[in-house]
Amino acid sequence: MAATLTAGLGLKPAHYAEARDCAAHGLWLEVHPENYLVAGGPRLAWLEAIRERHPVSLHGVALSLAADAAPDAAHLRRLRALADRIEPALVSEHLAWSAWRGAYRPDLLPFPRTGEALGRVCANVSAAQDALGRRLAIENPSHYLALDGHEWGEIDFLAELSRRTGCGLLLDVNNVFVSAANLGFDAAGYVDTFPADAVLEVHLAGHSRDPALGERLLVDSHDAPVSEPVWALYERLVARIGPRPTLIERDDRLPAFDELLAERSRAHALLDAPLARAA
Amino acid sequence: MRAGCVPLAQFQDAFSRALLAEPAEADECVAALAAQPAFAVYRNTVMKGCVDALEANFPAVARLVGEEWFRAAAAVYARAELPAEPSLLAYGGSFPAFLARFEPAAALPYLPEVARLDRLWTESHAAADGPVLDRSAFARLAPESLGDAVLESHPAARWAWFDATPAFTIWSRNRDEAAAEGEIDWRGEGALLTRPVGAVRWLAVDAAACRFLDACALGAPLSLALESALEADANANLVRLVNALLDAGALARIRLPD
Repeated sequence: MAATLTAGLGLKPAHYAEARDCAAHGLWLEVHPENYLVAGGPRLAWLEAIRERHPVSLHGVALSLAADAAPDAAHLRRLRALADRIEPALVSEHLAWSAWRGAYRPDLLPFPRTGEALGRVCANVSAAQDALGRRLAIENPSHYLALDGHEWGEIDFLAELSRRTGCGLLLDVNNVFVSAANLGFDAAGYVDTFPADAVLEVHLAGHSRDPALGERLLVDSHDAPVSEPVWALYERLVARIGPRPTLIERDDRLPAFDELLAERSRAHALLDAPLARAA
Repeated sequence: MRAGCVPLAQFQDAFSRALLAEPAEADECVAALAAQPAFAVYRNTVMKGCVDALEANFPAVARLVGEEWFRAAAAVYARAELPAEPSLLAYGGSFPAFLARFEPAAALPYLPEVARLDRLWTESHAAADGPVLDRSAFARLAPESLGDAVLESHPAARWAWFDATPAFTIWSRNRDEAAAEGEIDWRGEGALLTRPVGAVRWLAVDAAACRFLDACALGAPLSLALESALEADANANLVRLVNALLDAGALARIRLPD
């Protein structure tokens, strides 16, 4: 049950054995399902071995829900088969697009949040939820560009998406911090007004400065520990909305498993505290 | 024109093109976006994602030519051919063919074949699980029906014969840190990759074994498959050939036609 999850870790192949054997209380693990859409073999075997001991979450990056096209039906069928096999605690995707006219771009691309786009994203999220037989949590992306032509603010857009489709939301606090720095809005204000009831999961990750532009452009690089200002935003969020399943993401410059586990323990302690008070 | 003034599909057409084009070439509706320095984050992420995936999928090629050469070649390929599938493990199906016509690689005639072996490794790695045929299965068939029996290759078995180059030796030396050094005998050779359990394994096989497996994959009965092997090499030792395939886990089932 998602409600009982505390803090989890993004799972990388280098850490398969340690993750499987880890006895940390409440540990859960998240993978990109695209890496496990195989007919058989060691990848699936590892995921199933880990699933035997820990809850697993599927965090998709390729459904391209904000493309002006229906999601790839064959991809949805393969995702459904994986989900039926793994029985994930959570399934999530992004408010972004990557597939367009038959080609995939390995990125999460922005779009103008118009009324037309809202209608399309709602239709795509509903189609994906129907095909998967599961509720999705949709994540706020990182922003780099000042994009003209938005008719909707991001929070209102996500809240309306959740209202119309019944989907949940995934609040990536690092993405809020990065976007706020890049676009010049107030990160705390964003976190304070994000629709609390819809939040099924929270993401925490590290970011870096753009090599060319430095402080003026932060990149959601997932190659560093969670920064202190992001921890502060996270504490502020938990104080307002209570504990939610929280994931530490790390994709690059992978440290030792124990180092990630220590970061995860920090989130776990924050989540456990209000639970303990409530008990 | 403001980005939001155009329909979503038109925005996505223009944005997609701008990701792979020079900033000055961007369509009007995304020109202001493409001119922002931050647009480079998207360009770089898309290209890095493609090139990283190719480097992960073609490790022997990357090791042979060096990281810099590989990433430059991979970027040329990626610009022409973005991933067609959501799973990046599947990316690069046409990379061996690209290398075969890529002018700067002309001096390395074995490179496309090494790429093909990297690809076969990925296919084997991701293939369905399956049973591994045991010798005792042959004993359960009446000797007179053996010739009609059909051998099915294992779902994770992949093989290829390279006529002109020792591509398999070159590939395996660049795939395995512990591989033997020394002179390479410059002649054609075959490769068999299998995954009976756990990780992918590989061994050199001769033309007769490759032809035998080709025939089995086409559903030919054992008698015809053995004939094919003899066509490739009239002196082939057929018992040793079948035993080697059994030991490698290249075969899954033996069945009699209905």
